[in-house]
Amino acid sequence: MSDTLLEVVNLSMQFGGLAAVENLSFTAFDREITAIIGPNGAGKTTVFNCLTGFYRPSGGSMILHRAGRRFALEALPDHRIARVAGVARTFQNIRLFAGMTLLENLVVAQHGELMRASMFSIAGLFGLSPYRRAERAAVAKARYWLERLGLVDRADIVAGALPYGDRRRLEIARAMCTGPALLCLDEPAAGLNPNESAQLNQLLRNIRDEHRTGVLLIEHDMKVVMGISDHVVVLDHGQKIADGTPAAVQADAAVVRAYLGEPEPEEGEL
Amino acid sequence: MSAGTQAQPASLADHAAPPSLALGVLVKEAFLTAVVALVLAIPLVGFRIVESNGTSGLTTRFWWVAVGVGAVFVGRLALGLWRRGLPARATGRASWLAPLVRYGPRHARIIAPIGIAAALALPLLPIATRSVVELGIGVLTYIMLGWGLNVVVGLAGLLDLGYVAFYAVGAYSFAILAHDFGLTFWECLPLSGLLAAAAGVLLGFPVLRLRGDYLAIVTLGFGEIIHILLLNWTSLTQGPNGIGDIPHPGLFGLVFERRAPPGFTTFHDFLGIDFNPLHRAIFLYYVALLLALIVNLFTLRLRRLPIGRAWEALREDEIACRALGINPTNVKLSAFGIGAMLGGFAGAFFATRLGFISPESFTFTESATILAIVVLGGMGSQTGVVLAAVLLVLLPELRFFAEFRMLFFGAAMVIIMVWRPQGLLAHREPSLRLHPGRRQP
Amino acid sequence: MNYLLQQLVNGIALGAIYGLIAIGYTMVYGIIGMINFAHGEIYMIGAFISLIAFMALGLAGISYVPLALLMVLLIAMVFTAAYGWAVERIAYRPLRGSFRLAPLISAIGMSIFLQNYVQLLQGARVKTLQPVVQGGIALTTGAFGVEVSYLQLFIVALTVVLMAVFTYVIAATPLGRAQRAVQQDAIMAALLGVDVDRTISLTFLLGASLAAVAGMMVLLYYGVIDFFIGFSAGIKAFTAAVLGGIGSLPGAMLGGLLIGLIEALWSGYASVEYKDVMVFLVLVLVLVLRPSGLFGRPEVEKV
Repeated sequence: MSDTLLEVVNLSMQFGGLAAVENLSFTAFDREITAIIGPNGAGKTTVFNCLTGFYRPSGGSMILHRAGRRFALEALPDHRIARVAGVARTFQNIRLFAGMTLLENLVVAQHGELMRASMFSIAGLFGLSPYRRAERAAVAKARYWLERLGLVDRADIVAGALPYGDRRRLEIARAMCTGPALLCLDEPAAGLNPNESAQLNQLLRNIRDEHRTGVLLIEHDMKVVMGISDHVVVLDHGQKIADGTPAAVQADAAVVRAYLGEPEPEEGEL
Repeated sequence: MSAGTQAQPASLADHAAPPSLALGVLVKEAFLTAVVALVLAIPLVGFRIVESNGTSGLTTRFWWVAVGVGAVFVGRLALGLWRRGLPARATGRASWLAPLVRYGPRHARIIAPIGIAAALALPLLPIATRSVVELGIGVLTYIMLGWGLNVVVGLAGLLDLGYVAFYAVGAYSFAILAHDFGLTFWECLPLSGLLAAAAGVLLGFPVLRLRGDYLAIVTLGFGEIIHILLLNWTSLTQGPNGIGDIPHPGLFGLVFERRAPPGFTTFHDFLGIDFNPLHRAIFLYYVALLLALIVNLFTLRLRRLPIGRAWEALREDEIACRALGINPTNVKLSAFGIGAMLGGFAGAFFATRLGFISPESFTFTESATILAIVVLGGMGSQTGVVLAAVLLVLLPELRFFAEFRMLFFGAAMVIIMVWRPQGLLAHREPSLRLHPGRRQP
Repeated sequence: MNYLLQQLVNGIALGAIYGLIAIGYTMVYGIIGMINFAHGEIYMIGAFISLIAFMALGLAGISYVPLALLMVLLIAMVFTAAYGWAVERIAYRPLRGSFRLAPLISAIGMSIFLQNYVQLLQGARVKTLQPVVQGGIALTTGAFGVEVSYLQLFIVALTVVLMAVFTYVIAATPLGRAQRAVQQDAIMAALLGVDVDRTISLTFLLGASLAAVAGMMVLLYYGVIDFFIGFSAGIKAFTAAVLGGIGSLPGAMLGGLLIGLIEALWSGYASVEYKDVMVFLVLVLVLVLRPSGLFGRPEVEKV
């Protein structure tokens, strides 16, 4: 088994009186794909928003291990979580910079390093060579991902003009350009056709195996989940009901009940 | 920015979209619009409050109402018919607009050098009388201001309604430094810019983490506060009287005055020609041009740096920026501070040019004019700003137009937003390309 | 002590006026999530229409004060409401779904337009109205007696009545329900058969009619208006709305009162010149320390 990457302990999130997530604990490992599944309204996206700092959790702790250091995510602001702790994410409703080109989208993701190289724009203004080198490296990294996605030819068109499936994958590539330790994907397969879905699986395996990045995944598409995840956490009504390998979870009685049994009215997804 | 619009869900916006086709419907629509116009016009157009000898009376002018309402009816009908004549979705692409629609990088590459050459040549042409050169200086000042505000509004997407505050800080810093401390123009210029930037950062720090429309109203208030301070802080600003005797800039120690102050040589003595105030105007014109070009290069360059890309990314989607590790407050603060600094430069130039400044020059009207230039020109477009600045400074020179200047600016801002939100010249050149040679369709 | 009491009385009357304008801001913000930058000008137009109505009624020979007040009130509300409606129709409705800054810019354009429209049509000079309601009740007597003028009583009473009517409209009529529904979720409301466009239009209309009342009050109170009064009143009323918690009606009213009191006390005890600076500082402080105001709920960001 690989090293621990993320430890979530007793995470709780309340909105007013409503507990969206309650005492959730789970562990994600380096170089593994961990899927979080559960019916609508189970609190999956809330977990993501807590992890990435968009919500401040009501209780519990989230520790990220990166290069021998420990980051308490609940204490960091969102942009520090992305930049320092190395947690990158995508969004359920894709958030690309629609008016900027594909290349620009991928270069903006490398803002932190480029900013340092440009010495807060001073070196950049005068076109000094350390900055130019850094810019070339950033473009090379962007090109690598565009090649991966098969989008090199369209590098200079605006991202808003891409077809849906490509936008999903571009958003993942953009997150990867931040050089993350943990990549959080919010329903990456939603709305993809089977062909695009297969491309996505390929991309995710590649990220795990070649880029040695841990992936945390919210997904409804069971084919994707069962096909690529190493480890599945099942949520229902804000609580964990199962945790284990895909096969084990599939056989779990509580999971089957949560998905199929007990006709209960579902709450809207947050 | 156009692509950003596409990505919006087509939820509630579609009501106005399909133009009605039947003539009867158009007439009915025009009639209803005319009825509304009638209701609007009756109180404020139909009656006029007149003051004489301390008492006020009322006069009527109902024929104005009749003419206005008639014009609205005809105008609405004509608009309807014109829209009917156009294929669906192509609204706003009438043939006389084609050059604007097709405006792109190739045109910019030609237009920019021609524009600069024309600007360089202007004072040397026979038409260059004193008033023409002064007008040119005015246009250049607004171009500078437009480019400065463009960083804030066009690139970073922060609506600053009190830009004049930074213009004022620059002008007053310059006046006070030059007047009370005896510094020269070239020494004061950077200091004025820095002080204006400091004012921008000071204001921006608490409010930039707020929603965009809160920022707009805070800047609106701030512009007004600076105005109040200028009027009332008399020990510093000399209140409504303003500050005079601000030195003009010199050229390598040569001054453009009739008589040189002790220890200086005048320009005309140095060349052995007669004193001519036109020389000073021409010199100021070139100073303005130089400053404007520096501002242009500076902002173009910044746009291609990480900081500039972060501004634009922030305009597109702040949440995504945060998820990518970009600190939105810092990025906004840098845009706000740099915009303020450029406004401060323009202010310093304004002060040295006139030799006298007073709070009257720094009102909301000024902020509105600069904003109108940026909006009309197309947010983010450098050439557009030039076009709009020329238009907005030259049009009021026509006597008929001067009175209606602000009315026109206000209306133009509404019309541009409704009809062509990307501005008159809409083209966004990517900040960097993977395939520089290749032209995208 | 008497002086303080007098300033408090003045502040409450002034606060009632700001509160009425603030309601327009808060309602529009509640329903479309945007500041109506042209609202200050709507209030200014309300004041002008009131003045014209007073003069026209004077010419028509109506001299019974309560009747004149009632008629002016109605005329100003109706005609100003038309302006409010037009602002929404021209500067907001075509821009739903456009990019973020577009409606803000078109609204500020509208505001510049209206200001200059009134200036060109009615002249830039200050307009005056002879006092219509005179006299008052002396609370204390003496050289510096505290007096509550009938006009101040009228202003406060009218505000209370309007607030009561308004609270009823929002709580118990179909319009109020539609409004609250659109406020929660415009798309869902539309799917359930609420006419969203109409509801938004009516919101602008109601806000404008309240601003008209405020315009009439300020005209009666000071007796002088000009085309520029909408600018600072707009910022102050917006501050009131933010202070009370934007989106909350009682908050707007309370915020208005607080701003009125702050302004009256500051003018009375510190300096008249800097009263606007004071209000601006309040705005910045509230935005920084408690952006949700006194009564507003903190916004949960939708990610």
